[in-house]
Amino acid sequence: MKASSPLSMFRWIVVRDLTLEWRRRTDVLSTLFFFVIVVSLFPLGIGPDMALLRTIAPGVVWVAALLASMLALSRLFTSDFHDGTLEQLLLTPQPLYLIVLGKVLALWLLSGLPLALIAPVLGLQFGLSPNTLLVLVVSLLIGTPVLGLIGSIGAALTLGLRSGGILISLLILPLYVPVLIFGAGAIDASIAGLSPQANLSLLGALLAITLVFAPWATSAALRISLE
Amino acid sequence: MTTILEVANLRCVRGERQLFSDLNFSLSPGNALQLTGPNGSGKTSLLRIVCGLLAPTEGEIRWQGSNIRSLAEEYSQSLSYIGHRNGVKEELNATENLRIANGLAGISLAPTAVKAALEKIGLGGREKLPARLLSEGQQRRLALGRLLTARTKLWVLDEILTSLDRSAVALIQTLIGEHLQNGGMAIIATHQELDLSAGSLQRLELAT
Repeated sequence: MKASSPLSMFRWIVVRDLTLEWRRRTDVLSTLFFFVIVVSLFPLGIGPDMALLRTIAPGVVWVAALLASMLALSRLFTSDFHDGTLEQLLLTPQPLYLIVLGKVLALWLLSGLPLALIAPVLGLQFGLSPNTLLVLVVSLLIGTPVLGLIGSIGAALTLGLRSGGILISLLILPLYVPVLIFGAGAIDASIAGLSPQANLSLLGALLAITLVFAPWATSAALRISLE
Repeated sequence: MTTILEVANLRCVRGERQLFSDLNFSLSPGNALQLTGPNGSGKTSLLRIVCGLLAPTEGEIRWQGSNIRSLAEEYSQSLSYIGHRNGVKEELNATENLRIANGLAGISLAPTAVKAALEKIGLGGREKLPARLLSEGQQRRLALGRLLTARTKLWVLDEILTSLDRSAVALIQTLIGEHLQNGGMAIIATHQELDLSAGSLQRLELAT
């Protein structure tokens, strides 16, 4: 028997989840479409008042990103829980921390990342300048992994509950507030011609903290949910 | 013979109900334990405690002398568990299921080894079919494939014989027999008679 290394295990879990997500790609696309539609509804509803659109753009894009990532969250552990593979994952000879991290990474690659990449196209509808569009993408690239990491705690806690989806929102949305404030703040600053660096640095700090603590909390929550 | 797995003074309370208390048994290489008892008597809970998925209310499980709580991942490496749910991903085909399950357990399987294992469990020719299209019994067989390739010391099998045809039941008994002969151990919860070719079988009946 070959001894397992944490790295190969991490690779396996990412490959596994990416394959699974790809086989159910309608779910992946629906999250993305949700984001696109919600963001596009605002310019249609408000009309061509560019000054107003520019003012609300940061908030609208970030709130839509929060809601879209909530949609993706319910997929994180549910199917593994129902077919018994989650039990098997808990019994693998590697720390659960890595499994959670791998799963969140895979989910982000197919939900957060495409969302950040499509955001500039949507930003054009709000009359954002190229410079601001860049800040928008960067803030989403740093912020969406934080959403996934925090959200994984909620997903693990509500596992197996009947109305898990709604409960996740109640548990997690308040915790998303700092990400929303700093994410939207970075774009706001850029629109006002200021440097977005302070807000982006704070987002980065949030990412660093959640990278360390969230998988750990999620692991504990998973063990409780499966008892 | 040396005792590898030791269950000492185990007590389990689920909700308000005490399922069992003061439960003791031990297993040494080549030994198997058959667990019987009425529905709701705590068979699954006991198996999950042995796996470390569930914490006992009292008592401890020792593996080669140390508590499994402190061994954690080291213990998982010597254990295979098949529960009520097969742990088979419906979107993946049989080959992918087996390769990924083994990859996560830290074993990289050659394509020939996967093929051989699938042949042995009677899924030859269905390698590329998504598991969603396999029957209940075939999914169960696929779960068995994990036991074949993982080569762990302790097998914990929960109601393994349900939804299986006669040839599969015979296959499982052969597999367990071979496993015991190679110095493995097994804990099996089932009401059907087990007829093992090798090793010694203890019985434990849980009462309500």
